[in-house]
Amino acid sequence: MLRHAVADLGAERFECAASGRLGTWLVCCVGVTMLLTAISLLVGTTSIEESWKWLLSPDAKSSVVLWQIRLPRTVGAWFAGALLGLAGAVAQGVFRNPLAEPYLLGTASGAALGVTVCLMAADASVGGLALMGQIGVTGAACIGACAATLLTVTLSRGVLQTASLLLSGIVTAFLLSAVTSLLLLTKPEIWREMQTFLLGTTSFISWSSAILLGIVLCICIVPAVLLSRGLDALTLGEDTAQSLGLSLPWLRLTLLGIVALATSTSVGQVGIVGFVGLVAPHLVRETLSVNHRQLLIAAPLGGGALLQAADLVSRWIIRPAELPVGAVTACVGGSYLVFLLWRRSRDG
Amino acid sequence: MFEWACVIVALFLGAPAAQAAGFVVRDDLDRSVTLARYPQRIVTLLPSLTETICALGACGRLVATDNYSDWPPQVKALPKAGGIDDAEIELIVSLRPDLVLLSRSQRITGRLHDLGLASFALNTDSYPEIAHTVTVIGDILGLPDRAKRLNESISEEVQAISARAIARRHGHVPTVYFEVDGPPYAAGPSSYIGELLGLLGARNIVTADLGPFPPLNPEYVVRHDPDVIFVSPSEAAHVADRPGWDRIRAIREHRVCSFIPAVRDTIVRPGPRVAQGMQAIADCLAQVSP
Repeated sequence: MLRHAVADLGAERFECAASGRLGTWLVCCVGVTMLLTAISLLVGTTSIEESWKWLLSPDAKSSVVLWQIRLPRTVGAWFAGALLGLAGAVAQGVFRNPLAEPYLLGTASGAALGVTVCLMAADASVGGLALMGQIGVTGAACIGACAATLLTVTLSRGVLQTASLLLSGIVTAFLLSAVTSLLLLTKPEIWREMQTFLLGTTSFISWSSAILLGIVLCICIVPAVLLSRGLDALTLGEDTAQSLGLSLPWLRLTLLGIVALATSTSVGQVGIVGFVGLVAPHLVRETLSVNHRQLLIAAPLGGGALLQAADLVSRWIIRPAELPVGAVTACVGGSYLVFLLWRRSRDG
Repeated sequence: MFEWACVIVALFLGAPAAQAAGFVVRDDLDRSVTLARYPQRIVTLLPSLTETICALGACGRLVATDNYSDWPPQVKALPKAGGIDDAEIELIVSLRPDLVLLSRSQRITGRLHDLGLASFALNTDSYPEIAHTVTVIGDILGLPDRAKRLNESISEEVQAISARAIARRHGHVPTVYFEVDGPPYAAGPSSYIGELLGLLGARNIVTADLGPFPPLNPEYVVRHDPDVIFVSPSEAAHVADRPGWDRIRAIREHRVCSFIPAVRDTIVRPGPRVAQGMQAIADCLAQVSP
């Protein structure tokens, strides 16, 4: 009895310490985000001194640049990164695989195919041009990503079998990428435009895009956190989760729906940005010992700050030109994963 | 006796002595290319090279072109031998060409050499290189006089269009932004399109130090507030929706130019139709410039 009481006390203390560390982590993330947002107003095609002057005494043109371009861009980049971080954390929990990432359901390939078809249609006919005018690249990417997710789920005959779902996701991704490549071969004129999308870009995030990303983040994060205990149970294995009374089909379908919605919205607005969804949950786990509820709160904050920082780097390094933000995240994320591997091999 | 007869016939037809002995030409990869005679079966792997050959009146010597050559209309019926990076080697070999004309950046050059096919690589990226290409192809085809006349006519037309465009504006120099691919690759002053804009007396908002096709931060365009914007037809529908772009004067005052693909080809291909491309830009500038 006494031993149980001591153990409970220990667990409580651990939880208190863990939540204390999480609190510090969250405060740090919010602080970094605020700092990056402030810096983002100073970083663009002008020198920092000039941007500072704009802030102190804005005119019509500088107001547009500061409040209609730089600020929505950094806010939107944060939301897109947060969506990817959330989708990555959920995907890694559902698939019980630390290498799972948001694009595992074939969303990226589906979005790329959607954009390719849209650009080809716009180039081929007046009707296609009108269609492009209506749905745009963003709409085409979203439609493609959702269609690819549906195809993956259909191929795996539901969402119950993890291995089957993973395999279907990979098959869908390869298949749709092959179709995209074949289409691009017949129309190389659109290749450069496609490249912008494939490497990710935060260049044209407007307030409406940022608001859309924010709304979808709210829609996704609430049910994800509410279902976090299910993810904790899934960590112990599907049989154990079922023996705890969880409805696995419903749980997995809802969680994968969250992954699909978060990823397709992000891809639709900023293109295919790699590594954020993979790295953000790892960043949290490497710093803190967390359960899924804490992870699903911390990973979006980390992902948001990561993409925000990558956006700043992309517009600073070769200004007034800019690097694709996906290339920056790939460099930073790849380096971080190499560091993790090196540290693990060093520690044995 | 027979040889003498051949020489007399050759002289009568105006063919230079090189025809009989074979000749060596140096291409833009600095390779020496030996040709036994003026080529009669030519494959071109770039639209501007196809257009140059046809402008020299030698369209009949083409046996195949790349997939994108579509001018003059008769080349559309020729076999298509692939694109820049996916040339169909089997088709090219089966056509037994005596010369393959291609751009300097095409990777197929080494493979053609291995297969014993003569290839000639040319720089085709700028306005001055049009005259160089015409001259060199004229020499290779044995048509140097036609090449000279073609160069003179191109130069005259370009100068005339340039002079008219500048005179029409009475000293006003419009600032322009030309987006080659959206979003947001711009044509810099050192690109071929940038050269055409310069010849028309327009001032490019993109500076030369940014290179030929820089991927710009969109706020750069808002900050420089150009008088006229050039975008593709598909982007023209959306350009005002880009954050902050509705405040650009060119967009507010509807000074946006876009070209249908057939016209755009004349603008983006550095070839003998340069004057047509320039005229299209000049017309749009005249129509919308403040």
